[in-house]
Amino acid sequence: MPKVTIDGREIEVPAGITVLQACEMAGAEIPRFCYHERLSIAGNCRMCLVEMERAPKPIASCAMPVGDGMVIRTDTPTVEKARNGVMEFLLINHPLDCPICDQGGECDLQDQAMAYGYDRSRYEENKRAVSEKYMGPLIKTIMTRCIQCTRCVRFATEIAGVEDIGMVNRGEDAEITTLERAIDSELSGNLVDICPVGALTSAPYAFTARPWELRKTLSVDVMDAVGSNIRVDSRGREVMRVLPRIHEDVNEEWISDKTRHARDGLSRQRLDRPYLRIDGKLRPVSWEEALTAVAERLRGLSGERMAAIAGDLCDAESMLALKDFMTGLGSENLECRQDGSKVGSDSRARSGYLFNTTIAGIEQADAVLLIGTNPRWEAALVNARIRKRFLQNGLPVGVIGPQVDLTYETVSLGDGLDALQALGRGEGDFAEVLRKAERPMLILGSGAVARPDGAAILSLAREVAESFGMAGPQAPEEWNGFNVLSRAASRVGGLDLGFLPGPEGRDLEGILSGAEQGEIDLVWLLGADEIDMSRLGRAFVVYQGHHGDAGAHRADVILPGAAYTEKNGTYVNLEGRVQLGRLATFPPGEAREDWTILRALSEVVGQPLPYDNLGELRQKLIEANPLFGRLDEVQPAAWEAFGAKGEVSGAPFALPIDNFYMTDPISRASPTMAKCTEIFVLPKRAATGTEG
Amino acid sequence: MKVTTYIPPKAEDFAFTPENLDKAKGYVARYPEGRQASAVIWLLYLAQEQNGGWLSVPAIEYVASFLGMAPIRVHEVVSFYTMFNTQPVGRHQIQICRTTSCWLRGSDEISKACLEEAGTSRFGELSEDGAFSVVEVECLGACCNAPMFQVNDRDYYEDLTPEKAKEIMRALRKGETPAAGSQQGRVSSEPEGGLTTLTEVQGGA
Repeated sequence: MPKVTIDGREIEVPAGITVLQACEMAGAEIPRFCYHERLSIAGNCRMCLVEMERAPKPIASCAMPVGDGMVIRTDTPTVEKARNGVMEFLLINHPLDCPICDQGGECDLQDQAMAYGYDRSRYEENKRAVSEKYMGPLIKTIMTRCIQCTRCVRFATEIAGVEDIGMVNRGEDAEITTLERAIDSELSGNLVDICPVGALTSAPYAFTARPWELRKTLSVDVMDAVGSNIRVDSRGREVMRVLPRIHEDVNEEWISDKTRHARDGLSRQRLDRPYLRIDGKLRPVSWEEALTAVAERLRGLSGERMAAIAGDLCDAESMLALKDFMTGLGSENLECRQDGSKVGSDSRARSGYLFNTTIAGIEQADAVLLIGTNPRWEAALVNARIRKRFLQNGLPVGVIGPQVDLTYETVSLGDGLDALQALGRGEGDFAEVLRKAERPMLILGSGAVARPDGAAILSLAREVAESFGMAGPQAPEEWNGFNVLSRAASRVGGLDLGFLPGPEGRDLEGILSGAEQGEIDLVWLLGADEIDMSRLGRAFVVYQGHHGDAGAHRADVILPGAAYTEKNGTYVNLEGRVQLGRLATFPPGEAREDWTILRALSEVVGQPLPYDNLGELRQKLIEANPLFGRLDEVQPAAWEAFGAKGEVSGAPFALPIDNFYMTDPISRASPTMAKCTEIFVLPKRAATGTEG
Repeated sequence: MKVTTYIPPKAEDFAFTPENLDKAKGYVARYPEGRQASAVIWLLYLAQEQNGGWLSVPAIEYVASFLGMAPIRVHEVVSFYTMFNTQPVGRHQIQICRTTSCWLRGSDEISKACLEEAGTSRFGELSEDGAFSVVEVECLGACCNAPMFQVNDRDYYEDLTPEKAKEIMRALRKGETPAAGSQQGRVSSEPEGGLTTLTEVQGGA
């Protein structure tokens, strides 16, 4: 390892890093604009100049690899003057509009001008102006503020995988442009974060708040099953914006556009008071009336005539409360897989429903097989990892199922089960690729497991995984390449705490057909909106949730609950990582945290749940499954039997998501997501003729 | 205040003619497999020539798809180099050198005369009959024979006077091709009034 001396301190640093990184390690702060840890090095802002011994002039530390014996100084007058000079140059054409700039208060240029710049400008010439560019509905551009760091160009090209942004013209005329095309990436919101100045700002957030007015709450996202770490910025009772938080093993420092921008759905279509269907119409009632009405219905109803379905956004606490409540009434008809997925059906083996490789583990894979999934829409950040790996080693990716643009090269192996069976027999070129790979992995999407023959497909995929040494005895040590890509934030948590049909219980299909045939009299929907409501027949439907969506529309009683930003909840992401979501704002109106609703009802019914506060409930959660006690850890799941042999249908795999921007009650209520749908999804549908 | 923009005008579809297609394939073949993007400048020149001296958006996008590049990457190249035109140019594009030597020898007057002859008021503007567009460029490397202009990236007309420049343009408009080179009749960059040294062969045979 090379030894370098930085500001008189000798330190040993890993070979191959840059001088800038070495300075950071030595505790010397280096200002920068164009350099970003996760992007390629451009070296064009010149802000990171430092002095190197025996170099005739200051060097750009971001682009200089460390060498043994280098002597670097970051605190000399030369360096200070160089920074002053660069800063002055950057500000020549930068407008003085900080008071009306949305980046104000969290602007790299502002901060660094304060720290490293001169206190006044020596330029009296006119500044240049650059026309605004269109980048889609999520990004507002004020290109006059741009300092040409090209971070956005590199982000779009490297991370997002859409080569839509570039720098045209040269010299003083240089400008960033998209050629008036919206950036068709589900990661485009991150451009706002990486822009060090106010050139790219968030369009939906424009002129709404200043960073210092916001209360910041560290939480996790529920828009998909990735469990991206987020920071919820709120003012008063409103969530103003959602930003990513760094978690190297989950989302690095990116989040998807839905995570970031669906937040305006949180203040629309909200259920803020209980409703009761009287004479066919939903009428606002008091909590007491609503709970009594439900208790009335429950009285004398046998357990097998009632059922509960948990939706996609539920926290583990509310699911446990509902499970305890239902079991208390003798019901085994519990279902947390409202998409009809068969994972967890025949075995509680965790390896059968987790993303076993882990998201960070993708970076060790050397071949990937995608089955019935579009990771770009089902888990955008998993897809970003696959792309990252693809850029590292040209990862071969085989796809069974519909072909979509995943931002990296893929090989189509077929669209249905026969392709998987052929692969199982070791036929085809891709089988050879998998056989040669040391750490191959497969990703099974809900397009493959959320169908009647899902359990058989699960078992088939398991066999394929074993035969290619992805998992099981032939796999390398500590490698498990078998992955199920969950789509719902609540899914793994629900499976982990066993929100599943008991031995005599009905699964989703059983509940729906039971309701249709009048064998089920009461269905409890805990935020479940994606089931076929027309199949609920004459059952009495209790909808507990936060948005007036399909479930509330069908409901006979509505119990208003809290959305993910309004409660302290535990979520388990697709890897099996237990994370805490935290309360940022209070639920609107008379809405309450979900578990407290169930606790109150249990009192009315006369079977009080055994917990009076969140601490006690969490204790029960840990008793139900000790995994819930281990925050932010991924426990490798033992390779056990799961899936079931059975009849399979030849139907091709269908993708479950037809619109990335609207997948749950919150995003369906969001005007921003509606705008994205209009701009990104509808034109494509019209082009392929799949619309209506 | 200076405002920067990059807005190429709308234009019709573009595809290489069969001859140019062969040439283009030849250019691409000069580079190793997977490095075909290196041929981008060659192909852009070819496309510009075929498209009447300028690159339309369809032409740029055609080249991009020909090389498997994202269109924006080719737009970057096109807008970076001044030799690529993103606006229509005249049948004869007059490029007047304005760098030091030519400027000292009166390139400003040449420019004025050319604009006058073309009937345009500013550089880059297309003349009404479509015959000319006049631009000023940096050094074309004919300093000894300053001032000079270049026509259609090919012919150097040197030792110009405003009248000479107009004459050449008039000839071009008529479809003639005036003789390129020094307009004073001197050979390459010999001194103006004939040779002053090395006038005889010394020593030798």
